[in-house]
Amino acid sequence: MLELAIGIILGCCALGAGSAMIAGIGPGIGEGNAVAAACEAIGRQPESRSSVTTTMLMGCAVAETTGLYALVIAILLIFVAPGMFVNLLMSTIS
Amino acid sequence: MKHTRPTGRPSKAVDALLLLGMLLPIAAGIALKMLLVPASQGIEITGAYIFFTLPLPLGGLPITETQVNSWLVMLSLLFLCLYLTRGLTEKAQTKRQHVAEWIVEQTEGLVTGNMGEYFIGFAPFIGAMLALSAFSSLLSLTGLFPPTSDINVTAGWAILVFILITYYKMKCGPVHYLKSFAEPVAFLTPLNVISEVATPVSMAFRHYGNVLSGSVISVLVAAALQGLSQIILGRLPGILGEVPWLRIGIPAVLSVYFDLFSGCLQAFIFAMLTMLYVGGAFPAEDYFKMQEKKKAKRLQTNNN
Repeated sequence: MLELAIGIILGCCALGAGSAMIAGIGPGIGEGNAVAAACEAIGRQPESRSSVTTTMLMGCAVAETTGLYALVIAILLIFVAPGMFVNLLMSTIS
Repeated sequence: MKHTRPTGRPSKAVDALLLLGMLLPIAAGIALKMLLVPASQGIEITGAYIFFTLPLPLGGLPITETQVNSWLVMLSLLFLCLYLTRGLTEKAQTKRQHVAEWIVEQTEGLVTGNMGEYFIGFAPFIGAMLALSAFSSLLSLTGLFPPTSDINVTAGWAILVFILITYYKMKCGPVHYLKSFAEPVAFLTPLNVISEVATPVSMAFRHYGNVLSGSVISVLVAAALQGLSQIILGRLPGILGEVPWLRIGIPAVLSVYFDLFSGCLQAFIFAMLTMLYVGGAFPAEDYFKMQEKKKAKRLQTNNN
């Protein structure tokens, strides 16, 4: 019975981590749009290449933040949450 | 030219000593890791290894691989700076003085371009932050634990930036600072407070997440390649079948992106965001107006 409970905890943590990373879609689309717009801008004004590149990298970094929040949640779910929940379960049983 | 040394050129022995001082901390780090950190069984992802815990009145202070490695990076950078700035002359003669001048000029140009002339004093801080962050991430090339893949390090830097932002927002007095939360309309105050707190959190998570995700993906790819080479090439006779052939060379491509490119890019982005946030936090117009008012008042009282 205990094995089943621990198995459910581990499985749910893995599922949660996997579904948290769905958030990776958003930054992907956003960064793609940003790079596309930057390419257009460079094509129109090749002399502004350096400043456009810098601004684009900054924008990409800011857009990436939501994806990284999801990554942090996923990492917590994989490495921290199972041990915490199993300890909780053990302390409630005993 | 009173300040130049009588020999004209700095002695080679001290140079060699400084270069040795630059490489020795890294070697010491590798030796420390080999001696103290237990070897990982197979493929596993672990956090920083705790060397020992200092007993302090408010709970123990664990001395981890992260701290030791960041001290080593600082030592290495210190010797690099000493090496670059040794034997400076009024007119650049040596290659290293050209390099040092180029670094200083680039940093000052970056700071004045993004923050304005008023913040020129920030150039050393930004340069130090860039160097520390970039070299901390590049430490993973030597196989050591990169300090920036620990959230405590990046969170510490982000808190430092947050203190700077608040200090520059307070430049026009605390009333002006508190009033800035109720802009543009009063009911947006909670949102403004949240965005104020979100700044350091997102800065810390961004840097940490990028470096950590790079190492996690590298480890996973290495594990996958090992499994793949066992399946495909495992039937080769003898020891040939045991060598993970696919792990040779292919992970290096990932390492170029995650360690070299991403590490330097994240350092640049962290420094850039610091400049933008601190420069944007300073209410320049109001501050200079206030200064002029004060000056006019002082003149008036002097005249009276």
